[in-house]
Amino acid sequence: MSKLHKMPVVVGMFGVLVLAIILELSVDFGWVMQIIVPRPSDAILSFPVVQEDMDLVGNFFITLGMTAAATLIALLIGLPLGYFLYRREAYGIAYEGWLAALFSTPIVLLYPLFLVLFGRDYHTLVIMGCIPGAVAIAIQTRQGLLGVSQTLLNVGRSFNVSERDMFRKIMLPSATPTIFTGIRLGVMYTLVNIVAIEYLIDFGGLGRIVSQMYDRFDIPETYASILAVILVSSVFYAGFGRVEKWLRPE
Amino acid sequence: MAQAGVMKAAVSGEIPMTSKVSRIRLLTCVGFILLWELIATLGSVGVLYNDVVPHIWHIVIATFNELISASFYRDLGMTFAAHIVGFVSGSIIAIFVGIWLGTNLLARESMLPYLNAIGSTPKIIFLPIIFLMFGVGIESKMAKGALSAFFPVVFTTTLGMVLINPVLIRVGRTFNLDKWQMITKIYMPAMVNPVITGLRLGVAITVIGVLVAELKFADGGLGYRLGVYYEQFQIAPMYAVILLIFALAAAANSGMTRLQDRVNRHMAPTSSKGKKAAASASGGLGFGT
Repeated sequence: MSKLHKMPVVVGMFGVLVLAIILELSVDFGWVMQIIVPRPSDAILSFPVVQEDMDLVGNFFITLGMTAAATLIALLIGLPLGYFLYRREAYGIAYEGWLAALFSTPIVLLYPLFLVLFGRDYHTLVIMGCIPGAVAIAIQTRQGLLGVSQTLLNVGRSFNVSERDMFRKIMLPSATPTIFTGIRLGVMYTLVNIVAIEYLIDFGGLGRIVSQMYDRFDIPETYASILAVILVSSVFYAGFGRVEKWLRPE
Repeated sequence: MAQAGVMKAAVSGEIPMTSKVSRIRLLTCVGFILLWELIATLGSVGVLYNDVVPHIWHIVIATFNELISASFYRDLGMTFAAHIVGFVSGSIIAIFVGIWLGTNLLARESMLPYLNAIGSTPKIIFLPIIFLMFGVGIESKMAKGALSAFFPVVFTTTLGMVLINPVLIRVGRTFNLDKWQMITKIYMPAMVNPVITGLRLGVAITVIGVLVAELKFADGGLGYRLGVYYEQFQIAPMYAVILLIFALAAAANSGMTRLQDRVNRHMAPTSSKGKKAAASASGGLGFGT
């Protein structure tokens, strides 16, 4: 194995750097039109401009706040619903397919309907954001509880553990990794939905910035705001991935 | 076995699970329709959500009108064309990139963090770049479809490559297969299932990607049609288009799921009794628990 194989992170960063330099030179030499793709350096230098014009950090917190609120509502709906679907087997079987179908439907397309019902408001974004989150959490909670090892349950029964302690001390810890997978998916889908609707209706946080920068035809600033959204999504993804790994050791 | 369960339930006076499930589903549908009609009636008398929730028969009539309208089929054709071109081109690129990442450890470990970062980002925010490059015509919808299809397919293909049974690879090497033969004789057949899983996810995500792009800037397509009805406050046709979109998305998803089930049955190992092991692609959400 070569030395390079031992440091893939460095290779990856080097690759991105080389691509950025190639793009920079291509724009300089006129091979790529600057009105379509700006110089990477221009996009990076535009961050302060976007911050000054559109309050990038403040809007990041608006999106973050709406994602947190939607996730909280999704948890409050998804966890009890998942538990109910686990306890009542017939309801679980009846609704699981429907929930899976709901999860794969393009809920974002319902935004005109939600705008008509709730208005062009933060509430609309939070409500639309929480739907896919709640569905993912409910399905994974049921799956997690169904997947608890029969041996663990038998051990609990042999110790005459009460129903409540059985849930608290055996079922919940055993199902936690799967439930957390649902929470991670829920948060990611919530964030994706909220940013998408922000962009579509030109309202809210980071999605609105991308939309407005494009409408102004400020190309480097548009790219800078897109980079900001990628950064936020990656931080969410990596952060939740780490917690999930910690909960589900190999 | 199921019959025995039903017989046992009948003897003991219990309701069998299948009829319980059917009853719950039926009651849920009836309850939903009644609630909807109640809100619609309250709306029509000006108490709640005036004109926002139309009566169900209005939606049925609007759906019928859509289905007999020539312009609906023009828009459907545009969305379908953008979807097919985007899905096919994005998937083909993704399969080749996935094979490359799956066979090259350094490429995989150095590139996957960046692919994960972009993959977890809402693709809609790339629309400004796509519009700049391809304009606001159907080409940009095709490009958006390709971008949407790329990520699920590349991830599942890479994972499928990584999880190929090493014994199969060693057998290929023992027979001195060259790289192309390894791909066509060993890697491809072993990866059919994960690739189809990715394609199934890709079909659904491409539909959303194309429709969302049409909602933002377009001169045709079902997403554009939905946006026009919203702007003109034609609520019943808006619901009708949403219903038809959901039905088409469900049909596409169901078709891919059936394909995957067939492939699973075909690929499943034969048991000692000569029966194929049952494998279903339709259960759950498609992600591991």
